[in-house]
Amino acid sequence: METREREFLEYVQAGGLVETDDWMPDEYRARLIKFVEMHGNSELMGVLPERDWILRAPTLQRKLALTAKIQDEVGHCQLIYRVVEDLGKPRSACLDDLISGKSKFHNVFHYPTKSWGDVGVIAWLVDAAAIISQKALLKCSYAPYARVMKKVCWEESFHILHGRDTVLAMVTGTREQFELVQEALHRWWEPLMHFHGTRLPADEDPMVIWRIKSQANEDARQQFLDGYVPQILELGLEIPDPKLRKNDDGVWEYTEPDWDKLTAVVTGHGPASQERLAFRRLSRAEVDWVSQVVLAEAA
Amino acid sequence: MTERAQLLIELADDELILGWRNSEWTGIAPFLEEDVAFSSIAQNEIGHARALYELAARELGGDADGLAFDRRPHEYRCAPLVQLRLVPDWARTIARHVLYETADALRIGRLTSHGDAELAGVAAKIDREEVYHRLHAEMWHERLRDEPRYLEAVEELWPQALGVVPPELRPALAERVGRAEVEAVERDAPGEEFAALWDEMTMVRRSAPVGAQW
Amino acid sequence: MIWEVFRQERKGQPFVHGGSFHAPDRAFADAYAREFYARRQESVALWVVPREAITAIEEFPDEFDLKYRRVDGYSIKARLKEARDRAGAAAD
Repeated sequence: METREREFLEYVQAGGLVETDDWMPDEYRARLIKFVEMHGNSELMGVLPERDWILRAPTLQRKLALTAKIQDEVGHCQLIYRVVEDLGKPRSACLDDLISGKSKFHNVFHYPTKSWGDVGVIAWLVDAAAIISQKALLKCSYAPYARVMKKVCWEESFHILHGRDTVLAMVTGTREQFELVQEALHRWWEPLMHFHGTRLPADEDPMVIWRIKSQANEDARQQFLDGYVPQILELGLEIPDPKLRKNDDGVWEYTEPDWDKLTAVVTGHGPASQERLAFRRLSRAEVDWVSQVVLAEAA
Repeated sequence: MTERAQLLIELADDELILGWRNSEWTGIAPFLEEDVAFSSIAQNEIGHARALYELAARELGGDADGLAFDRRPHEYRCAPLVQLRLVPDWARTIARHVLYETADALRIGRLTSHGDAELAGVAAKIDREEVYHRLHAEMWHERLRDEPRYLEAVEELWPQALGVVPPELRPALAERVGRAEVEAVERDAPGEEFAALWDEMTMVRRSAPVGAQW
Repeated sequence: MIWEVFRQERKGQPFVHGGSFHAPDRAFADAYAREFYARRQESVALWVVPREAITAIEEFPDEFDLKYRRVDGYSIKARLKEARDRAGAAAD
């Protein structure tokens, strides 16, 4: 590593912050763009599993809350893509790479949603998993992204509450409603366990080394289990992992997730991956003329 | 049903169904900033529907959710304009938006001076929120005013737009929009397209007994 | 064009940079600023500025000792003690 790069590395490892026009090593810039872009992609793709349920919401309150939640996610995509743009990659290029399958988005958004039970489970638990990662990103060495995370975390605080409230209404409702939640939890447990990624140790994770991430994957997962397993169990719901338990050292043990499956999903082989990308491709093509007329540089 | 309740249901149904149609754009609007803005408009419309249903419920019994979701398709009183499925056509969506906001401004504006204080009160609140809808519609109209697709869309939707307001308000609407008054497409029992919308809108609610909590 | 938004959280507080977005003109910028920075009533006021109107300044000369015009350029402890001691002695 060259001197300037090494000094930069020491600087960020000591807690130093970086702004848009500061010099940064090529590797840092490249990794940063890829990471932030994937986050933006995920916010946008995250809309697709949920948006149909706005139309089917069973009360006006739920309709409003779900619309607002999804609106936030689109807004987060906007904020995050702006960060990528200021680093040098235009939004239209991000969208092109997303819909061509060249760039990735988070595993959880490759799965179908089947019922209103999914709506509750996603808003509660998927958002909870996401907030843990996002809070860790508040310490990102790249300051513009950290600042966006602050707004994102603040806006997301109601998502979990809305999700939990939706679940609570169902688990205290009819037997069928309880089963909707239980069934959804069964399907979403594996994606949730995959969410924070493999057990890559912090000192081997380039994202942590460059202080883009400040938390190792396994720490995030443990935090999720610690916070949410008790909340799930206290509702009388079952978690589909007989090995899941907190050991005497306070560490959660669980059935090792299938990490090959995670790779396959994220590279576009999830149950709903291709369908979602096709949907995005189509909808972008149909409104492309508007961007030409209104907003030449952004799409 | 009293005339007052009929009016409330008509207004509420318009806002509910238009809000429902507008939220079909969530996540797929032409660009991200507009996606967020248009979503607020859809949310506001649902909020207006809720307030209007709540008023109606005091007369008709039940609650806002019951009125919004538990009626049969033929019992809805929404205007033909709001029932149309326009996704993914942005030109027609904006044409509807511009025409509806102009029509709504007239009828809501009139209601703000209604003798019934409750009705006038809700109308005033809706009117104040819709100032921003009108600004939004106006800014898009300015951008698309020379776009053939948009002009065709306005032409096509104009008869339905006239049907949103009662006959006595149509000359004023024609003047505001700058078009000659033509034969309006009147409110009628909703048809096939609405039945499909209703089916999707109520499928989760219908999966549990009436009165179930969600 | 890109627009930058500065938001005031409560009356009396400074306007702080919130973020940026794309909009073709002032009317759109007004609408989007409201959406992104006030839809939860989280701001009492917004300033919306085209990015090109903003100049960034990051380099400042720091050659000579300028402490004379800062608080950390003054250490009055020793002299104050001496003055107090003298005044105390004079009063005796």
